[in-house]
Amino acid sequence: MKLQLEDIKKKTEKILEENFNLDELNEMKVKILGKKGELTNILKEMGKVSAEERPIIGQLANKIRDDLNDIFTQKYQEIKNKELEEKLSKETIDVTLPGKEIKKGSIHPVTKTIMEIEEIFIGLGFEIAEGPEIETDFYNFEALNLPKDHPARDMQDSFYITPDVLLRTHTSPVQVRTMLEKKQDLPVKIICPGKVYRRDDDATHSPMFHQVEGLVIDKNIRMSDLKGVLLAFAREMFGPDQKIRLRPSFFPFTEPSAEVDIACVMCGGKGCRTCKQTGWLEILGSGMVHPNVLRYGGYDPEEVTAFAFGMGVERIAMLKYGINDLRLFYENDVRFLNQF
Amino acid sequence: MDLSYKWLKEYVDFDLTPQELADKLTASGVAVEGITNLSEELSGLVVAYVEECGKHPDADKLSLCKVYDGQDHYQVVCGAANVAQGQKIIFAKIGAVLPGNFKIKAAKLRGVDSQGMICSAKEIGIPQELLLPSQKEGILELDQSAPLGMDGAKYLDLDDYILELDLTPDRGDCLSVLNVARQLAAILNTKVKEPAISLNNSIENSSKKIDIKIEDLESCPRYVGKIVENVTIGESPYWMQSRLRSAGLRPINNVVDVTNYVLLEMGQPLHAFDYEMLSGNKIIVRKATQGEKLVTLDSQERTLDNEMLLICDGERPVAIAGVMGAENSEVTSQTKTVMIESAYFNPVSIRKTSTKLGLRSEASARFEKGINYDQTRLAAIRAAQLLEEVAQGTPHKEEVDVYPEPIKNAEVRLRFDKANKVLGTSLEKSEIKNIFARLNLEIISENESEAVFKIPGYRPDLQIEEDLIEEIASIYGLENIPVTLPYGDTNPGARTLNQKVRKKIFEILSSSGANEVINYSFINPAHLDKVLLQENDLRRSAVEVLNPLSEEQGIMRTTLVPGMLDNALRNHNRRSENILTFEIGKVYYKNGFPEKTVLPEEELKLALLGRGKIAGDWKNKDEEIDFYYLKGILNKLFDALKISGIEYVPASDAGEYHPGRCAKVLLDGDFIGYIGEINPKVADNYSLSGRTYLSELHLDKLIEKCENKIDYKYLPKYPGITRDLALLVDDIVRAGELIASIENNGGKLLESVEIFDLYQGSQIPKGKKSIAFSLKFQAEDRTLTDEDVNVLINKIKDGLEEDYKAKLRD
Repeated sequence: MKLQLEDIKKKTEKILEENFNLDELNEMKVKILGKKGELTNILKEMGKVSAEERPIIGQLANKIRDDLNDIFTQKYQEIKNKELEEKLSKETIDVTLPGKEIKKGSIHPVTKTIMEIEEIFIGLGFEIAEGPEIETDFYNFEALNLPKDHPARDMQDSFYITPDVLLRTHTSPVQVRTMLEKKQDLPVKIICPGKVYRRDDDATHSPMFHQVEGLVIDKNIRMSDLKGVLLAFAREMFGPDQKIRLRPSFFPFTEPSAEVDIACVMCGGKGCRTCKQTGWLEILGSGMVHPNVLRYGGYDPEEVTAFAFGMGVERIAMLKYGINDLRLFYENDVRFLNQF
Repeated sequence: MDLSYKWLKEYVDFDLTPQELADKLTASGVAVEGITNLSEELSGLVVAYVEECGKHPDADKLSLCKVYDGQDHYQVVCGAANVAQGQKIIFAKIGAVLPGNFKIKAAKLRGVDSQGMICSAKEIGIPQELLLPSQKEGILELDQSAPLGMDGAKYLDLDDYILELDLTPDRGDCLSVLNVARQLAAILNTKVKEPAISLNNSIENSSKKIDIKIEDLESCPRYVGKIVENVTIGESPYWMQSRLRSAGLRPINNVVDVTNYVLLEMGQPLHAFDYEMLSGNKIIVRKATQGEKLVTLDSQERTLDNEMLLICDGERPVAIAGVMGAENSEVTSQTKTVMIESAYFNPVSIRKTSTKLGLRSEASARFEKGINYDQTRLAAIRAAQLLEEVAQGTPHKEEVDVYPEPIKNAEVRLRFDKANKVLGTSLEKSEIKNIFARLNLEIISENESEAVFKIPGYRPDLQIEEDLIEEIASIYGLENIPVTLPYGDTNPGARTLNQKVRKKIFEILSSSGANEVINYSFINPAHLDKVLLQENDLRRSAVEVLNPLSEEQGIMRTTLVPGMLDNALRNHNRRSENILTFEIGKVYYKNGFPEKTVLPEEELKLALLGRGKIAGDWKNKDEEIDFYYLKGILNKLFDALKISGIEYVPASDAGEYHPGRCAKVLLDGDFIGYIGEINPKVADNYSLSGRTYLSELHLDKLIEKCENKIDYKYLPKYPGITRDLALLVDDIVRAGELIASIENNGGKLLESVEIFDLYQGSQIPKGKKSIAFSLKFQAEDRTLTDEDVNVLINKIKDGLEEDYKAKLRD
């Protein structure tokens, strides 16, 4: 009987080499392990085995049954895997064909840059203030310490609507409007993005462009704070290792005034054509708000100090994205727009 | 202002390369924009002597010269007509390089060896416009005193660098070499070497007198006249010419050159009158009469008004004060006696005059920024000294100085702790005082916490405490100010609701496949006709620009449509036929301006334009961008903004749209804009072929109604029932009407109605269309039965049949 059992195992092991499909395998399984199968038939003879041998044979029979089950399971898996492989190989598609075109839109690089600047300053606790694009001479010039006949008015050739109303030449009038609205409230921390207009049209000037202005007023605002805020901005905008450099300058609305450079984004400060070999790129003007401007805004310059800064958005966008021609911004060529 | 590095060195000892000098000046607020090396393209020049000069044996127009440079003798063929024996000249030896990479080589000219070249000014690279007439033709003849063998570039002052200063309006003082020297001395903590100003010979008693009278002291607080007799008019020495050239001024004659030299050196504009031309030996400073005329030095007749200041003699005007002299009294080759005018004019008066006349001069550029009122007299003496030197003149010992009310130097208080508070520094009092000492600001009084400083006449920009704080920052160095962040109360930074909604609109539209465009806010007024606006359209009341750059930018836009159409055309011409664009921007209306309002009205608008198709691919067909495509984007926008209450009502009253393909968009019954196909006539006006679809909405109204909250509705617990309904109706019946009828009769249980098919064609009778709806019914509290729905469907069918004669299709 022992021999019979071993025989049946050997016989079963052979099926591993056979090329069965699932049905054939099941058939075999019934034939060998089924209720009327060969193994059952053999075990029916158990009664004829001597009492001493019975436990041994019984043990053997159990083991053989387990083995046989394992064999069928193994073969079953084998066939399954093979069938799946066959199925998959028939279902192959060309994955290199292009995917469905989902029309991509875009936000204009100027708007995109403004949004990015806004996010940075919102993170630094700034609010966003807005104002009209057509302004009075008072808000655009006079309240910014630019009285009529001030030579610095030459710096900004303006489009006039009437002798006293003009297209704002900078976003600074929003500073004055905000100060007057805040009615001496502290602290004031705003940025003002928007369109501005100057009578200039050439390769590097557009009669309409965008600025973002910033203003911070509080009891203890220092020029060192201006440096800190602008450094934080430069690093968020142009990378964590950015450096800034301040150069003394002149703006009628700030005193002291400084122009702010960042290390050239093209060459990293080594000197190249973009930065005219200086290693630096001018990105904004800034300074401590002139006491006259604070007074116009209703604040007492003996009580508070303030800093302000203003940057050209197109300039930032050109540096950020490597755009080499200002005119592209207003041609609105979709091949240009699609890149943003 | 162009500044000579070499000239600056005469007044300050420094050991800086031009680049280092530029960096120092820039860091202190005197920005240097560029540096030009004058001898960059120049080498191998030497001062030489023409020993012999004869005819070339084989050429009439050539000379054969022998040139000696103190060491060697050279045979040179020269083509210039003015070459002559005995001249000192600039000689380019073999191997020399001239501008334009012109290399001098040994040559044979008409069979004769030539071992170099005698140079003209042009060949050396001196700009033509800065040459005297005598220097424009032929070789450059040097003064006999020119040292033989000296480096030619050095003799010509071309061994120099020109620093291009980009001065801010407050630093008019640096339009003077001496004042730049003062700035540099302050930076380097050293002293300026002031030029020694004194006269050698002077006339104590002369019959030539000048009587000066100022009638308008406010415009002219000070006027100095100094007479120099016996001048010989001629060319000024080369060193003086090159000084003028270094700053871009053209030498004219020795007298005029001296006035310009002092202007550049000291920043004091001067004018030289031919004394004999001053009628009555008088100078009267007065305002012009309205319409008074004068011919200025540039031979232009100028018409003046009564705000302009004139310098007159006993009978007529002889100069527009501070701007330009008149022809009638100018220095000529005949002049023997000159009167030097050195004056201080009111900056605003000069600025106004020069602006009104459109006439800017080196003098007016300085006067209008405010010059040094403390050196008016000194500058006149300086000019007299130089006239002695270069024009053999004899100055009068005394000058006439009319200065009845001397300008008081400004006195400015500085609180030491205020300076540190504003800058964020912790400078010692002594450090601050040291900075001002370097800047020549004298302390008038001081105590523990503050000092009052006297401002020198050449720094009129220093008026208030903050100006002094800026000086501290500039000299101490902005790079040395620490980096801190503001402390104290903070606000949470945030966008307002309105700003948040706008940002969302940008995101929704761009994610819907549209490209944002930004167009100029000004447009050509002709556009209002091109888009066929009605005569009474509010958008015709556009704000006009008084001084546009061109008619193209003549008015402020009242609609975004022209810009959108222009973009579409530009893209079309660049072969981007399929476009979907949007713009969010302001439009401007007069709306009572300027009579009733201070400012015109500004309104935010949104425009969306589509034409062509969304290109398909190997798997998907092209999709046409049509009315419904645009409408779909708008609906997506409204949906995302949680705006309900939108209605599209057929409209044929808008000129820019196709009358059969346009809808008014209503929000809660209020008009917020149009959507439609561009009127073919408008398309024609913009040369746009094919169909273009457009919508323009009042964004402010939309944002106002936008609900920034989401009302969540529970998911249904019970199954709903969907029924399809295919109807045959007359062509003219609008889908919107059918839906309204279905919704009306469907009651609360009708959750949604959708159109899933629309058919017109051979399968159905002419004049009819088939339209199929999918209706979804849903109850919140139970499972609906067929009976529930059948009742409703019958009601709906009856309604449709009654109102629209709609027949059910099988």
